[in-house]
Amino acid sequence: MSSTLTDIPQRGGNITAVPTPGPERKGLTKKEIAADLPTWCPGCGDFSVLALYFKLIEKRKLEHEKITTVAGIGCSSRFPYFVQAHGVHYIHGRALPFASGISISRPDLHVFVFGGDGDAFSIGGNHFNHTARKNIKMTYVVMDNWVYGLTKKQTSPTSPIGFKSKTDVTGALDQPINPMKQAIAAGATFVARTTHSNPAHVLQMMEAAMDHDGFGFVECLSECVEFYEGAFDASNPRKGGVFNTVPADHDVTDEVAAYKLAGEPFPGHFGIFYNINRATKNANEAKIIAAGREKVKGLKDWQILQSTFDKLK
Amino acid sequence: MSDATLTAQPDGAAPKVSKVSEAVIRIAGNSQDGIQAIGGFLARLAGRSEQEVMTFMTIPSTISGGPSIFQVRVGSGEVLSAGDDADVLLAFYQHSYEDHINSLKKGGIVLYDSDHVEPKPEWQKTYRHVGVPISGLTVEAIGGTAKDKGKNIYALGLIAKMFDLDVTKLEKLIGERFNGKDTSILKNALSAFHAGYSHSLGGLLETFKFVDSQKKEGLQVVMNGNEALGYGLLAAGVRFGAGYPITPWSDIMELLRRELPKYGGSFVQCEDEIASISMAIGASYAGRVAVTGSSGPGISLKTEALGWAVMAEVPLIIVDVQRGGPSTGMPTNVEQSDLNIACFGGHGDSPRVVIAPANVEDCFYTAIEAVNIARKYSVPVIILSDQAIATRIEAFPEPNLEKVCQDISPDLTPVASHKPYDLSVADGVTSRVVPGTRITNGIYPIATGLEHDEMGHPTGSPRLHMQMSAKRRKKLQTLAATLPVPAIYGPSEGNVLLVGWGSTQGPIKEAVDRARAAGDSVSAIHIRHISPLPNGLDNIFSGFNHVLVVEMNDEGLYGFGQLAGLLRARYGDAKIRGINKTDGLTFKVREIIEKANTSVSAGMRKL
Repeated sequence: MSSTLTDIPQRGGNITAVPTPGPERKGLTKKEIAADLPTWCPGCGDFSVLALYFKLIEKRKLEHEKITTVAGIGCSSRFPYFVQAHGVHYIHGRALPFASGISISRPDLHVFVFGGDGDAFSIGGNHFNHTARKNIKMTYVVMDNWVYGLTKKQTSPTSPIGFKSKTDVTGALDQPINPMKQAIAAGATFVARTTHSNPAHVLQMMEAAMDHDGFGFVECLSECVEFYEGAFDASNPRKGGVFNTVPADHDVTDEVAAYKLAGEPFPGHFGIFYNINRATKNANEAKIIAAGREKVKGLKDWQILQSTFDKLK
Repeated sequence: MSDATLTAQPDGAAPKVSKVSEAVIRIAGNSQDGIQAIGGFLARLAGRSEQEVMTFMTIPSTISGGPSIFQVRVGSGEVLSAGDDADVLLAFYQHSYEDHINSLKKGGIVLYDSDHVEPKPEWQKTYRHVGVPISGLTVEAIGGTAKDKGKNIYALGLIAKMFDLDVTKLEKLIGERFNGKDTSILKNALSAFHAGYSHSLGGLLETFKFVDSQKKEGLQVVMNGNEALGYGLLAAGVRFGAGYPITPWSDIMELLRRELPKYGGSFVQCEDEIASISMAIGASYAGRVAVTGSSGPGISLKTEALGWAVMAEVPLIIVDVQRGGPSTGMPTNVEQSDLNIACFGGHGDSPRVVIAPANVEDCFYTAIEAVNIARKYSVPVIILSDQAIATRIEAFPEPNLEKVCQDISPDLTPVASHKPYDLSVADGVTSRVVPGTRITNGIYPIATGLEHDEMGHPTGSPRLHMQMSAKRRKKLQTLAATLPVPAIYGPSEGNVLLVGWGSTQGPIKEAVDRARAAGDSVSAIHIRHISPLPNGLDNIFSGFNHVLVVEMNDEGLYGFGQLAGLLRARYGDAKIRGINKTDGLTFKVREIIEKANTSVSAGMRKL
């Protein structure tokens, strides 16, 4: 289990009192984790991601109140309603900064963010870059379906050139974003790729992302059976495709190698492309706080302010 | 300082010492001359001398250079505004001299740097001119490499001499200011100060001495509005903030970034305004009330997220330090033109709380009040400050920090069950349970921007949208019923009632004093709670023939400023009219009286 999930926080930027942990609980059952019945279309890839999130919670014995599930807007972003835990359904594209506010101020919680390609790479594109470079601790799973589903088939930032949508009736014209390249270039410290059609692999990637101390990003191909059926067949052995994992000799700390891997034509590779340790924003802020607290050791909050006011006389 | 005290002495008479109760000193130079430092020393000295003080400054919106002024009004009695006209003008350059001579009272003193200013003969009859080669003498005092550095401190010495200021206290202030820097810097500053102080003010036939202050309220603190607001947030228990740089909000963000770690908190500079408010809402959702803030364009960008906080009923503090708009507008000037966006900005019906502090001291207490309202009513609260209040310095009685500082840590004690949007609560005020709290029945709430049921799950039910809209409204109506009706400054019945909000409180009160002294029937109220408005304003209005809303914004398409429009919408009272201006500068007392006269005579008869 990642350290933040077990440690009682040593500092209290946003909290000062955490109840003493009771006896070890036995872990949640799937029934206890499931909330609303998912509203996705039958056959949607997102079901797979939800099921594996449940499995992750079960397997790792995560407790209801110790996790927060955050999403923006989109089909996949309905996610938090289906999970029995503190959850947030925020505005379009801004789930990452919202989640950052939780993450930085509440070291005792683990924040999971779920969203789609529009949220991550279009309206929220800049937040993706900055959350990655700041290395804010959280797990971010993007269910990439290459299309806007909730609004019924418009071009997405990851739609391949030539994809016919209601906003590109003769086929998409613009160079799509490559999520892996985007993440690596932005400074993400954990970058992985998986697909809904390989459940064991999805769980493996989510688990590794959760255990990463930093911004753990997973792109999960998630087929939209309604508006982009068959988009990922080439990556699905059951549909005649190939599921190639990252080559065994790939060095996950080699940024250039990771970038090269990300540039391979579809279906490319699946697995962890990039994984390095760099101080998180959370740790850096904690360090600044520790230094600040040292200067005012033994003083109550009002006395700290008093010492400032004494200089303003 | 009255006009009488500055009547020119006959030539050849011995310099005399006049007792004055107050003085307005305008310092004009360029933005990098350190003129704000002179003003800051004078303001701080006044605070330590138990005097009242108010300052006013303009800065160019260029990165460096450009004309700038700093005006200080110091008084032994009550000081309500920065003063319409100056008693003393300190001019460093020809443009400072020419542009600001009109701000000087007739018979006032212009103290100029004769190395840079060529006085005009035609003005020498109207104003008393005192030329000192400030630049040259500064270099002489502290050495040839000093160049323009230190001439502000030299000038401070001249002013100290002219007003017989407390040299020991000033030396101490200079020492504190340059504390920790290279000791030669402090040595130079003190040399410059003493050189200025001992310079013979040739041509000045009069020096001044402040009468003893009647105000003995004990210790005062001296700061500007942005500082008071920032420290108020710390006192209120805020421990997380997020923001993006924009003038004039940035000072608050810089202060919080510097101070919060000492209290165990963090402030994050974000990639943009939307991320800032989102991160602050995230932290607020997760625990204590958090803060974000901005000015002008940044507030526009934040409105979608603000609507989410209204919908999800998550508390939040949003500071709006207003500047001239729309768009990039006038970044370093003042305007009160964000009232509408603060009250109504965003799509859909999204009631929120808006409070406008009336002066620097009020910034401190407003921050605490705002946090407590946000917590109690689970609602975003906008603190509507402005550039004038943000940058002006005032002295005010030191708050009892032990009493006012509060701990607002969330309670994570497990609860049996939780219904975040409980409709059975008649007044609409429901409580929150933050993440990290175990809910033992195993049913957890969702915070959402979709219309929702009592647990936060989405609904398309027309009935629920009606009930939830009413809930979000009702809780603020509940709040409104608790808000105090503003006190009337002056009699409760009369001809004219001036209605103000925000930073105009001082000049409005002074206008009432001046008008009443002239025999006119004028009173005033100041509205701090802009949304919701307190109840009972109509009872106050009924005592007057004219209700004139004084605000620094445009009269709008229909002839009413933003608060005037709101008051007319609420009360449908045709006698509510406006006194508006859009020059980007604070109201002068004279302007308020003149505009009130014009408005009343246009409306009915002369004031």
